[in-house]
Amino acid sequence: MSKTEPVDLSAFSVPGSGRGILDVFSYGYLLRLLVRKGILTRYHGSVLGWAWSYVKPTAQFFIYYVVMGVFLNLSRGIEAFPIYLFSGIVVVNLFNEAFGNATKSIVNNKALVKKIYLPRELFPIADVFIAFVHFLPQLSILIVVCLVFGWVPTFVQLAGALLAIFIVLLIATGLGLFFGSINVSYRDSQNLVDLILMFATWTSPVLYSFTMVRDKLPTWLFDLYMLNPLTSAVELFHSAFWFPTTSETAERPEHLWFFAGISVVVALVMLLIGQFVFRKLEGRFAQDL
Amino acid sequence: MPKTSELEPPRIIVEGVRKTYTLRHTQSFKETFVAWLKRKRTSTSFQALNGIDITVGDSEAIALLGYNGSGKSTLLKLVSGVLRPDAGRVLTRGRVAGLIEVGAGFHPDLSGRENVYLNAAILGMSKDEIDARFDEIVEFSEIGEFIDTEVKHYSSGMFVRLAFSVAIHTELDILLVDEVLAVGDAPFREKCKTKIREIVAAGKTLFIVSHDLGMVSDLCSRGIVLRRGEVVFDGAIGDAITTLKASTR
Repeated sequence: MSKTEPVDLSAFSVPGSGRGILDVFSYGYLLRLLVRKGILTRYHGSVLGWAWSYVKPTAQFFIYYVVMGVFLNLSRGIEAFPIYLFSGIVVVNLFNEAFGNATKSIVNNKALVKKIYLPRELFPIADVFIAFVHFLPQLSILIVVCLVFGWVPTFVQLAGALLAIFIVLLIATGLGLFFGSINVSYRDSQNLVDLILMFATWTSPVLYSFTMVRDKLPTWLFDLYMLNPLTSAVELFHSAFWFPTTSETAERPEHLWFFAGISVVVALVMLLIGQFVFRKLEGRFAQDL
Repeated sequence: MPKTSELEPPRIIVEGVRKTYTLRHTQSFKETFVAWLKRKRTSTSFQALNGIDITVGDSEAIALLGYNGSGKSTLLKLVSGVLRPDAGRVLTRGRVAGLIEVGAGFHPDLSGRENVYLNAAILGMSKDEIDARFDEIVEFSEIGEFIDTEVKHYSSGMFVRLAFSVAIHTELDILLVDEVLAVGDAPFREKCKTKIREIVAAGKTLFIVSHDLGMVSDLCSRGIVLRRGEVVFDGAIGDAITTLKASTR
């Protein structure tokens, strides 16, 4: 075959090059199947099956309630402390599950990543969706408990809860892409993430009230504390679920919507950084795994 | 065999491709530090492919031959997009499907049916395409009534047959095959060969890596011999096999 004649290259594509996260949407069907696989195999071989998704958060709630509320007496000053506690815990659980699993997703799908080209963003994103599905049982427990205690939320409060879920999923995706791609070459990444997840429960007002932080910290440090996207998400959940079940006299953080807006921006920036790093490292995935 | 490659643009273009692997010898700071103290090298590089130029035309069946470590699988992975070249470029036209290690996407806890859908989607098929071909896939695999059984209960032969059947029924223009034809028993292998011949006859491009010289000379018309990351022969399959037999690792 002579090579002198120029070949029209317009119909050609470079294998292994994609548009990153945007490509995931053109693989919508596969994404659905991956999420389905994750959900079907999650409790495979266990007798209780999906009941575990109800048992675990309930048990976790009781531990925190007994230790924090009864032994340490943190419930003092917080009305309807059990609901306060639980509405925060579910948000942090969603974050931990989504972020933790997304971090390990590339390594867990080693066999596929090494053999077949797919937009690799599919794996962390599928894990975030799976985490969301597992969040739904917890959310339903929360709603039932709130209804028992006469929960009548306003439209704005519900919108806030949806925004909170959006923020958590977005930031978990961004962080998951970032740490997940580093995890391929350096498994230190997943240990670091475990550390971050441990901090997550304590650096947002889940087990205590934000007023306790405000009274102890200088203003600038408290602002920093409020800038944590997880803090806004937890407080939005408090506003939506806990606040309407109380006498509505408790103090709420100022400028919550402003901080939530900042959180969305932070989450989007994190997503961009995550995607950028992911694309940089993606070329080495198949040979480093 | 003369092909119409003068009229049709090629399917695969590999131009000046180089691929170097860097092998890290140290895994932790401690090891790196100790190696540095002893003035040992912390990494070595290995040239897997060195300046490869290959053009594959439409409906050509090409065998990639070479001994272990000659860079065959690396080249196939570059064409499939799993790896990226360090220099040069790889271009493909049309849908590429790889029979590279069948069953990579199978999950043991899912039924055969669910695995078929999952794997076909991984290989780039849409739901409608899979629906349309599902019966054909199951029939080819000879799994029959066990299609709704969890894959972990399958015998290894059944597992491979199903995986292969999914891969071979994907919608494709270029089929990459890496050492997977050694699957199943003799009748099934015969069936696979027939199927692959059908695919080639239908004008698809076949790019195959194998040590099974008998089968390769049966299926392919052109052979490329690789040795230590370089093309040492590119021409008719019979001559390629002769070259391979005469060469050393």
